[in-house]
Amino acid sequence: MFIFILENVIAGHMKQYIQIISIVAFLGFLIYLIEACNNTSATYQGGKLPQIVSYNFDIRPILSDKCFACHGPDENKREAGLRLDIEEDAFAALKEHPDAHALVAGKPEFSQVFLRITTHDSSLLMPPPASNLKLSPYEVQLIEKWIKQGAKYEKHWAFIIPQKPALPEVKNKTWVKNDIDYFILQKMEEKGLEPNEEADKERLLKRLCLDLLGLPPTLEMMDGFLADNSPDAYEKMLDKLMQHPAYGEKMSVHWLDLARYADSHGYQDDGYRTQWPWRDWVIHAFNTNMPYDQFVSWQLAGDLLPEATKEQMLATGFNRNHKITEEGGVIPEEYRFMYVADRTDLFGKGLLGVTLECAQCHDHKYDPFSQKEYYQLYSFFNNIKEVGIESVIGGPETYAKKPLMEITNEDIKDILSFVNKQDTQQLIVSIMGDLDTLRKTHVLIRGNYETFGEEVAPATPAAILPFDSTKYTGNRLGLAGWLFDKNNPLTARVYANILWQEFFGRGIVKTSGDFGMQGELPSHPALLDWLAVDFMEHDWDIKRFVKQMLMSAAYKQSAVATKEKLATDPENIYLSRGPRYRIHAEFIRDVVLASSGLLNHSIGGPSVKPYQPEGLWEGATSGRGLLSIYVQDHGEKIYRRGMYTLIKRTVPPPTMAIFDASNRDICEVRRLKTNTPLQALVMMNDPTVLEASRVLAAALLKEPLEGNEKIVKAFRTIVARNPRDREVEILSNYYNSQLQSIDEASAAKMLAVGEYPVDETIDKKKLAALMRVIATIYNMEETITKT
Amino acid sequence: MEKEMLEHGFSWNRRRFLSAMSLGVGSVALGSLLMPDLFKNGGVTDENFVPGVPHFAPRAKRVIYLFQNGAPSQQELFDYKPKLREMTGEEIPSSVRGNQRLTGMTAYQASFPLVGSFVDFKQYGQSQAWISDLMPYTAKIVDELCIIKSMYTEAINHDPALTFLQTGAQVGNRPSMGAWLSYGLGNENKNLPNFTVLLSRGIGNGQGVYSKLWSNGFLDSVHQGVQFSKGEDPVLYLRDPEGMSRKDRREMLDKLAELNDLSYKEMGDPEIAAKVQQYEMAYRMQTAVPDVMDLSREPDDIVKLYGPDCLVPGTYAANCLLARKLSENGVRFVQLYHQGWDQHGNLPFEIQKQAKDVDQASAALVMDLKQRGLLDETLVIWGGEFGRTSYTQGRLTKDNYGRDHHPRCFTVWMAGGGIKPGIVYGETDEFGYNIASNPVHVHDFQATVLQQLGLDHEKLIYKHLGRRYRLTDVSGTVVKDIIA
Repeated sequence: MFIFILENVIAGHMKQYIQIISIVAFLGFLIYLIEACNNTSATYQGGKLPQIVSYNFDIRPILSDKCFACHGPDENKREAGLRLDIEEDAFAALKEHPDAHALVAGKPEFSQVFLRITTHDSSLLMPPPASNLKLSPYEVQLIEKWIKQGAKYEKHWAFIIPQKPALPEVKNKTWVKNDIDYFILQKMEEKGLEPNEEADKERLLKRLCLDLLGLPPTLEMMDGFLADNSPDAYEKMLDKLMQHPAYGEKMSVHWLDLARYADSHGYQDDGYRTQWPWRDWVIHAFNTNMPYDQFVSWQLAGDLLPEATKEQMLATGFNRNHKITEEGGVIPEEYRFMYVADRTDLFGKGLLGVTLECAQCHDHKYDPFSQKEYYQLYSFFNNIKEVGIESVIGGPETYAKKPLMEITNEDIKDILSFVNKQDTQQLIVSIMGDLDTLRKTHVLIRGNYETFGEEVAPATPAAILPFDSTKYTGNRLGLAGWLFDKNNPLTARVYANILWQEFFGRGIVKTSGDFGMQGELPSHPALLDWLAVDFMEHDWDIKRFVKQMLMSAAYKQSAVATKEKLATDPENIYLSRGPRYRIHAEFIRDVVLASSGLLNHSIGGPSVKPYQPEGLWEGATSGRGLLSIYVQDHGEKIYRRGMYTLIKRTVPPPTMAIFDASNRDICEVRRLKTNTPLQALVMMNDPTVLEASRVLAAALLKEPLEGNEKIVKAFRTIVARNPRDREVEILSNYYNSQLQSIDEASAAKMLAVGEYPVDETIDKKKLAALMRVIATIYNMEETITKT
Repeated sequence: MEKEMLEHGFSWNRRRFLSAMSLGVGSVALGSLLMPDLFKNGGVTDENFVPGVPHFAPRAKRVIYLFQNGAPSQQELFDYKPKLREMTGEEIPSSVRGNQRLTGMTAYQASFPLVGSFVDFKQYGQSQAWISDLMPYTAKIVDELCIIKSMYTEAINHDPALTFLQTGAQVGNRPSMGAWLSYGLGNENKNLPNFTVLLSRGIGNGQGVYSKLWSNGFLDSVHQGVQFSKGEDPVLYLRDPEGMSRKDRREMLDKLAELNDLSYKEMGDPEIAAKVQQYEMAYRMQTAVPDVMDLSREPDDIVKLYGPDCLVPGTYAANCLLARKLSENGVRFVQLYHQGWDQHGNLPFEIQKQAKDVDQASAALVMDLKQRGLLDETLVIWGGEFGRTSYTQGRLTKDNYGRDHHPRCFTVWMAGGGIKPGIVYGETDEFGYNIASNPVHVHDFQATVLQQLGLDHEKLIYKHLGRRYRLTDVSGTVVKDIIA
């Protein structure tokens, strides 16, 4: 079946194929997929029922997904008064049939739950056919066996305080490099997988450089590393890279997504804002290895610290990165509500890994968070001295909204030396600041800012950890204390998982923003707990945590995927091979600029406007504001790292968007990794790539290199390994054929790309031919892949 | 050798490459090219929905959405209210206004005098629908249209209202309607993006548009709307650099495929194979897109039908003609935006020009599709994000007035795609302020569009962060009365 589909695709008969065989083909396709997906599911047990059915790992995912919407936490949607997410309720006599019970331990035949999911009477069947939900036969069997074994409930795994587990027993002890590896290997052995060999040194260094700096290794670095045969060469290199100033830049990118950082206010007019000094602080904080608890506490509540410093104030810009309207005619309170809700939702998704926003309008349908609890948490962020709309676009522009701070030239000399302020103009940044008198918070009925329900006081969701008001004050500072309370079950797990995702490409919990009941279960629950506790025990030391991951044998494996491994573990959940992923959008740009020698390495400062196709901003603008027209920068500004490209939210930088960068509208903790034709067009035709190809070609032609040496050097510089003979052969044939076929006029046109001057002393045909060869190397899949 | 390979046509390498993979792992990646969401978290776990397969026999295969950005005034175009003329200058009765919230622009206005339309209306066609004199071409095709006068929305400002109509939610980050359809129905052409966007601008008060309106949200980015713009690069980065011929590009891609093939042999990662396929699609787009964008070969009668502006790139008329061509080539969803309908003041002057910009070409598109036999399978939609108030904004003078945003009622029309032609659906009250019969909520409208494409709006779902999302969020009822 599948080959048939393939052949059709190849033959280019997509249209007919879809029309003629769609149903048949897709049925086959579907079966194939279901198999493929079952294999990738962390809960799949190969069709065989587990010995002991676990509520957390086997049953709750089913109940949560298929039953809780009507028989769960949301009181207003509860059917028949039955609640299955709480043990006592599930075992109690049914409200509508007091002689019957939803669950009877050990007896599925008396348990209404089991009877109703197996009945042939469609008027009784659960879930009701109209809900479009259905249980698979495997799921029904699981529930049956669980009831037989006593229908034991467990607290949701993520809400249990993590304990450091003992290291598991493994057979292949020689493979293990550090504690992480015990957990990884134990799962592999359980699944019958063998780890890969260690990757070669070239691949390892490229991996390290991309992961720690977002840059490719330089040739000097590579040659030095290859020549260093000492047993700790890798560790020495790792330590060196972690001290490199680009480390802070690389680490910041995931945090800027989480903190929805951008250079415009968002909404339709989308005027300019100067929030970048906050971004400079983030880079600084990562570079100085600020502990995670301090890093986050300052961002949440730096302004409330006793005798807060300007640096602590600046950190709170974090919660003013959200969109702010400048659209004339809006109702201010409607928008102020959205700003407060945005902060609350970020606190949930980004820091606690739970989807609180569901409880804005009603009790959460899956997780044990009531609507009241949502507004209790909301109240921490509801006391800011802000308005829904401060100024309308078109008037005098306000690059920061109140409350704000000014960063003076004296600050730069003194405490804020990391802010890359480049001129003497006034510089303002939006920060947090509370009202003197407390603004009352009410439950907003159905999430409508105009309909007030009960008044609430600051508190946190009790299912996570009740807010102890004797220990913590009822403001953001108290909330930060609560977040880092050693009994908070989520904070450490969630950030450990985000870091893991950043380096292994996939979180231990794949849904890194959702550790709730609808989120995916951890692939390695014990490892996650171990990492979380270890992170806390070592004072939330991020560099130490990162190093520990990168020193593991799991990380250092080669990324080769054999057919067998692809068949058993296509998504590489069990890490029997090294991580292999296309790098983030920003780093694609960085790899291109750095390898060509064009990269401007300066750190921080106002965002810049490099080459961008004409008319993008102009075609979509309302015509108002500083960002209605794209005025491209020139000189060294256009060669800065991708993270400094100005982000106008409504028209984000196109190459970034095409490579799945966040548009920074709301908090994001996981980027998709897609593979599209538009990405191919960027790599083929973006002037940045073409200019880099030309500049590198010119540099190589000026060096005293013989024959294929130019190609070899270009390849090593870009791909970060020595090319195979066949690769050199392909590229040198290509070079020779281009050199023959290209004429002077085409060569001259080809070279006229980018603003970096063309060296007129170099033969144009040679330069154009080598430029094409280099552009081809830039387009190799491996170039922009961590491999 | 090099030459021989070229003469063999460019497919040799790829074919060898693909056949090497077809027995093994590559199939996963190739599958993901066809239906990328199948391999995403959540996309497959929903038992009832298989992306790319309609739920039932579709009435329409494609959509062309002529979005009138800024909110055209229904009182001046489709919703004839003689009573307003009679009462011009009189305060709107509070019983009519009720507790409707007002925008920050008129909330503090001291009085709310009604204002009748400056323009006359007449009845047309068999349906005898009332159309204003501003729309003479549209008047001629009323018997093809289903005019819905009773649309209403929840938002009163442009950004949330536009976002609501396009994505089903007022806040950003949800997939747009075109992205949902691309996800739900797959791609029936292999050379063009499935969801394309065309922008134009009238002379009126402008409100921006923004790419989140054609965003894929949490769906795979292949479903993202691709903006086609005027000029030499209709799709971003489409054009090869100066001095590079098609033959040069082909040779480059063949070398690249060979290099990637070596990598694939070593690493075994299906993503590498997928990458090669994406380069091939890009190569095909490089020819297909300029072809479809080239309007110079359109015959005179077509140019006459759409009006002379259709030969001026970037105009609404040119975009309508392009929309037909894209749709004809199988593009699932063509989204036009025409800016300039936000007449808070100076309405009588601005709206005349604004209407003139769109009237002829909108009607021409419907007729052109009809004469090609494509109207049956193409759903055309015309409308804005909300309506405008029956009372004036700002000062009312003898010949000038403005109208503020009004979410409670507005008019859209649909044509083709299995929608009943020649009907008017829903009525507003005599003030044109509230809906008198058959209200159509934005989610009802969206549910109906999906229905015509063969999709059940309650089943077209995507699970993201634990929640099942729909275009229609948690509501929406198909408006069965307008389905033919």
